[in-house]
Amino acid sequence: MSAVLDHHGAHAHDHEHHAPAGWRRWVFATNHKDIGTLYLLFSFTMLMIGGVLALGIRAELFQPGLQLVNPELFNQLTTMHGIIMVFGAIMPAFVGFANWMLPLQIGASDMAFARMNNFSFWLMIPAAIILVASFFMPGGAPAAGWTLYAPLTLQMGPSMDAAIFAMHILGASSIMGSINIIVTILNMRAPGMTLMKMPMFAWTWLITAYLLIAVMPVLAGAITMTLTDRHFGTSFFNPAGGGDPIMYQHIFWFFGHPEVYIMILPAFGIISQVVPAFARKKLFGYTSMVYATGSIAILSFIVWAHHMFTTGMPVTGQLFFMYATMLIAVPTGVKIFNWVATMWKGSLTFETPMLWAVGFIFVFTMGGFTGLMLSMAPIDINFQDTYYVVAHFHYVLVAGSLFAMFAGAYYWLPKWTGVMYSETRGKIHFWWSMISFNVTFFPMHFLGLAGMPRRYADYPMQFADFNAIASVGAFAFGLAQVYFFLAVILPAMRGQGEKAPQKPWEGAEGLEWEVPSPAPHHTFETPPKLDATATRIVG
Amino acid sequence: MSATTHGSTPYYYVPGLSRHPFMAAFGLFFVILGAGQWINGSDWGMYSLAFGLVWWLVVLYQWFRDAVTESEGGLYGRKIDISYRWSMSWFIFSEVMFFGAFFTALWWARSHSVPALGSLENSLIWPNFQAIWPSVQAGATASPAGIVEPFQTVGPFWLPTINTALLLTSGLTLTIAHHAIQDGNRTKTIAFMWLTVLLGFVFLLVQGYEYFHAYTDLNLKLSSGIFGSTFFMLTGFHGFHVFVGMLMLLVITLRLQKGHFTKDRHFGFEGAAWYWHFVDVVWLFLYVLVYWL
Amino acid sequence: MKHSGQTRRRHGVGAWRGAKDAVGAALLGLGVWVSNAAHAAVNDLPGGPAVNQLNFHPPATRIAEEQHWLHWFMLAICSTIFVVVFGVMFYSIVKHRKSVGHKSQELPEPIWVELGWTIVPLLIVIGMALPATKVLVAQKDTTNSDLTIKAVGMQWKWGYEYLKGEGEGIQFLSTLDPKHRVMSDSGKPEAVDDYLLKVDNPLVVPVGKKIRIITTANDVIHAWMVPAFGVKQDAIPGFVRDTWFRAEKTGDFYGQCAELCGKEHAYMPIHVKVVTQEEYTKWVDERKKAMAALADDPNKEWTLAELVKRGESVYAANCAACHQASGKGAGPIKPLDGSAIVTATDHGKMIQVMLNGVNGAAAQMPAWKQLSDVELAAVMTYAKNSWSNNTGQVVQPKEVQAARQ
Ligand code: HEA
Ligand code: HEA
Ligand code: CUA
Ligand SMILES: [Cu+2]
Repeated sequence: MSAVLDHHGAHAHDHEHHAPAGWRRWVFATNHKDIGTLYLLFSFTMLMIGGVLALGIRAELFQPGLQLVNPELFNQLTTMHGIIMVFGAIMPAFVGFANWMLPLQIGASDMAFARMNNFSFWLMIPAAIILVASFFMPGGAPAAGWTLYAPLTLQMGPSMDAAIFAMHILGASSIMGSINIIVTILNMRAPGMTLMKMPMFAWTWLITAYLLIAVMPVLAGAITMTLTDRHFGTSFFNPAGGGDPIMYQHIFWFFGHPEVYIMILPAFGIISQVVPAFARKKLFGYTSMVYATGSIAILSFIVWAHHMFTTGMPVTGQLFFMYATMLIAVPTGVKIFNWVATMWKGSLTFETPMLWAVGFIFVFTMGGFTGLMLSMAPIDINFQDTYYVVAHFHYVLVAGSLFAMFAGAYYWLPKWTGVMYSETRGKIHFWWSMISFNVTFFPMHFLGLAGMPRRYADYPMQFADFNAIASVGAFAFGLAQVYFFLAVILPAMRGQGEKAPQKPWEGAEGLEWEVPSPAPHHTFETPPKLDATATRIVG
Repeated sequence: MSATTHGSTPYYYVPGLSRHPFMAAFGLFFVILGAGQWINGSDWGMYSLAFGLVWWLVVLYQWFRDAVTESEGGLYGRKIDISYRWSMSWFIFSEVMFFGAFFTALWWARSHSVPALGSLENSLIWPNFQAIWPSVQAGATASPAGIVEPFQTVGPFWLPTINTALLLTSGLTLTIAHHAIQDGNRTKTIAFMWLTVLLGFVFLLVQGYEYFHAYTDLNLKLSSGIFGSTFFMLTGFHGFHVFVGMLMLLVITLRLQKGHFTKDRHFGFEGAAWYWHFVDVVWLFLYVLVYWL
Repeated sequence: MKHSGQTRRRHGVGAWRGAKDAVGAALLGLGVWVSNAAHAAVNDLPGGPAVNQLNFHPPATRIAEEQHWLHWFMLAICSTIFVVVFGVMFYSIVKHRKSVGHKSQELPEPIWVELGWTIVPLLIVIGMALPATKVLVAQKDTTNSDLTIKAVGMQWKWGYEYLKGEGEGIQFLSTLDPKHRVMSDSGKPEAVDDYLLKVDNPLVVPVGKKIRIITTANDVIHAWMVPAFGVKQDAIPGFVRDTWFRAEKTGDFYGQCAELCGKEHAYMPIHVKVVTQEEYTKWVDERKKAMAALADDPNKEWTLAELVKRGESVYAANCAACHQASGKGAGPIKPLDGSAIVTATDHGKMIQVMLNGVNGAAAQMPAWKQLSDVELAAVMTYAKNSWSNNTGQVVQPKEVQAARQ
């Protein structure tokens, strides 16, 4: 997205160096902005691949009966859609945002470990290739769901092992990326940028990085045991030898639940940047936002078994996990209320980033409330493994994580590329996505309530209409993203459009708006001198 | 190279273009591709794995060589030193969580799955299984389905105790080496570093013998039900970490012999030492939880 | 709890009906527009899903009723908060925009604001947790049951065994009607109301009795669910778990497997027939008689024709889903037609495969030891003498029996 960096005009900074030219610039990159661009492009590609798999699912479910795929392939589509979206699209995209914006926001010259940064990126490529290629291995791609529950994984073909190794590599990449982010934030802030003056995005990423370091190794442990059970005769998940399939679920969800907050906390961070900018006010309740983020992270470690209410835990276990899960509504609520309070008595304008941010708050909250319904063990007994859960997590993941990323992308695109996107196109993208998103996923609540199980290749006739609606919506939503790429991203990458000023948003605050647009290849090589609020450069 | 100088060292050294990350990832592609294939019995998988590993190690060597050159060339200021300290701490924390997954498996097996399998309700499925840990007896009680041949466990005496002593001693020798480097006594440092590496090596030999003994005399194998699974997974994963830690110490020792590090700037040394102590502490947990209890 | 729950629930339903209808109508409009003629003629399935159903199934047990009530309760609270919060937000969006000339004002941030919107939600959440706790505890209490039935999940069918209470000893398998599987494959299923929900042998239980279901599985995790009872319990291989229900009305109730269990996950429905006590007693008698009649003498020498005839139905119910009626297999599924193992004169290998399944990277097949010796012998004889396999070989039940030892 910053292919245009070379021909920027404004030379405000003395220490500016030109970017190296040619393919080496990307392949051998050590520059945080270039690596950020690589991350963003990679994750968008994965979003397309994962989206095409989702369309495969939706096309098959358009009407009862199997028309397009057989049930094996259907399960492969579901599984790989989940894995690719989670590990390929959402997580790397946020790392891309972190790479681009964190050093700019805290006044650092680059990420703390520039080469390791590039290693984190390039590690994902072999993993992605192998994951996608697994469709062509004997027996097809893994088909045990993105949660890879034992003992179904023990029945999978060779692609399962390929996927396990790929996830190991992805985990290593995430851990290195997180260490890099933590060290950058803790050690490379410009003098005067105290922790409690840091932009919210930096805060949310700091906390997210801790979550990642804590849980990615646990996932690695779980799938390693799957691997040895498959090939080396161990019995971790095999009751015949004294093991337990439920043990897998506990270990997996100890990773899995924090994982879903890993996918939402940076989104909260982006929203906390965008809302104040377009309300022309400072963020309401900054301190409580920081504490709320921390509380969500801490609580996320003690709620995992809410994914396992139907496995048959003792009643005390169910009660504990139910209460703990419900508590998360409190700090999340604090965030919502603070955003609304930030808008209150502001001077609001609704450029595209703000539209996405408001859309995010609105639709994410719906997903949050369905989450709360799910957390109630007695009714989760009915929801578990139905489309209600599918509706819930697409409300928080698509309308949450993905919408927040769109907000961030429009917000920072001028800084990345030096050109303004077209407001009209941005608005078309927003409304088109917002409507088709709801057409796709809202009916799934009804399907779930009526008892349609998830991961089903075919379903009773009574569910037909809502499925048909959802499928139509999914294609419309997919087209909206194609439109986004063709009408917004491509022109911006080509440098087409109005030249962006240094600070295109009247109300925006922060160091990233103190450097020219597009941001020069190197910034803050000597630490900038900041004013008392740490949002402006004074010297 | 984008370094603004601040006295003698740059404020924060940011390396220029580097081919190492890409090359390392390239090697790892063949590693995971090959491993996934080999494990499923295809021959070329082994070659791919071997090629990838060699490639990757060569790249790592070059990468570290560059980093060492930069470090010795005085490019790393105090800031970078702090970065390294943070990163090593959090890396070790991630390793703690990795071990945590396997310790959890042991705990779950002992306090949940095995008792549940032998419980009254479960006699519906496994009427003859008795929940005894370690479930070693012959016949139907060794594993719920009777698929595990009878085996004996490795008691805490003598091999694991010897190993405990070895590791604890190595922690001591390492600390002596550290004090020596702080005193500027390079010869003593190097001597005690070699001693530490040697102790680590002997530990691995003893563990190798222990495994051999388990397989041949005790009939304790990876496939010995949940006991064998957790035993070998925990001790094996730890042994692998001892191996890695030993390599780190070895590299540091060789660097010391080349005259690297100074009295007050030697984070490479300290990072390796942290790692070694971490491996040491994990062993104490293993010694108690796996061998004693 | 029950009484108040019920009245309040009714109240809720009344209040919500308008909104519900409106949403329903809007979505239905779109639905009709896109839906195709194939399922136009579908009706509601009593005890199963209704066409375009918007809520839980009509409850058939007290627990399900309580769940229903909880759901409305939650929905009402959440909707209220939603309306309040977004009421404020949209008010602000309308009134505080720059285009209407609003100037931004920094607000004071007194501590009570933050405390307030921490504490109030906390109290609300506690208020939600209390009724949920009550229901949960009731739901988990499986003691004092009148009838205990074991439900075993298998790839891909349910096995039932009456363990305790009237009907003890009865056991049977319950499989999706193979015709529905064929319809599904055809891509153009007929508009039948119980599409994918029809089984050969429903589970039969008496009304008003506390039924304890013990779940377990043979291969991978499955889940036994019946929405109208408010019951869902994972069936975990090697472990037993339990759940219970007491149906308050007679009729047919449907559910489906609710844990991904491999390729036929969508094709292992659950059908519970709740009957009166008298009907139940009658059913038990009949079933016992039928079982006695069916208890084949394992030493009997069967003829080829007898076995092929019996084998055909065993094949259709159990094997055709993967190996196809044509015996040709599909994709990774191996063909039986012309297979060396099937046509071999030595029956040993085939019997092993049938009893223990195959679990390798190249091929996967579940074990079939839950079928009886006669059924296994019959289906093998059928495979050996169908399609182009004209071996004339007969597999006798006693060969299977011997191999089981
Ligand atoms: C971005 C990802 C994300 C996020 C943020 C969440 C957020 C939440 N999730 Fe979700 N969840 C997933 C992703 C996510 N989830 C995924 C992927 C799955 C399925 C995995 C699988 O099985 O494949 C899942 C599944 C899942 C389940 C298991 C369902 C099942 O399988 O049976 C449960 C159960 O408790 C649950 C609960 C919650 C809760 C309580 C929250 C809370 O954090 C929500 C909090 C927010 C609010 C409550 C709204 C705002 C608050 C206010 C306005 C304040 C006032 C409110 C009150 C006082 C009530 N989730
Ligand atoms: C993390 C993020 C994420 C995202 C962004 C999405 C996005 C989408 N998901 Fe998601 N989904 C998951 C995570 C996500 N999903 C997870 C974790 C699961 C659980 C998996 C499991 O059960 O194991 C799941 C499961 C899941 C199911 C349930 C499958 C089942 O149970 O069998 C369905 C069904 O409708 C679905 C649909 C969709 C759709 C329509 C989109 C859309 O938003 C996608 C839109 C994007 C595109 C369509 C791409 C852009 C378009 C093109 C490249 C060109 C082609 C387009 C046209 C010609 C129109 N998903
Ligand atoms: Cu059985 Cu799904
Ligand atoms: Cu969760």
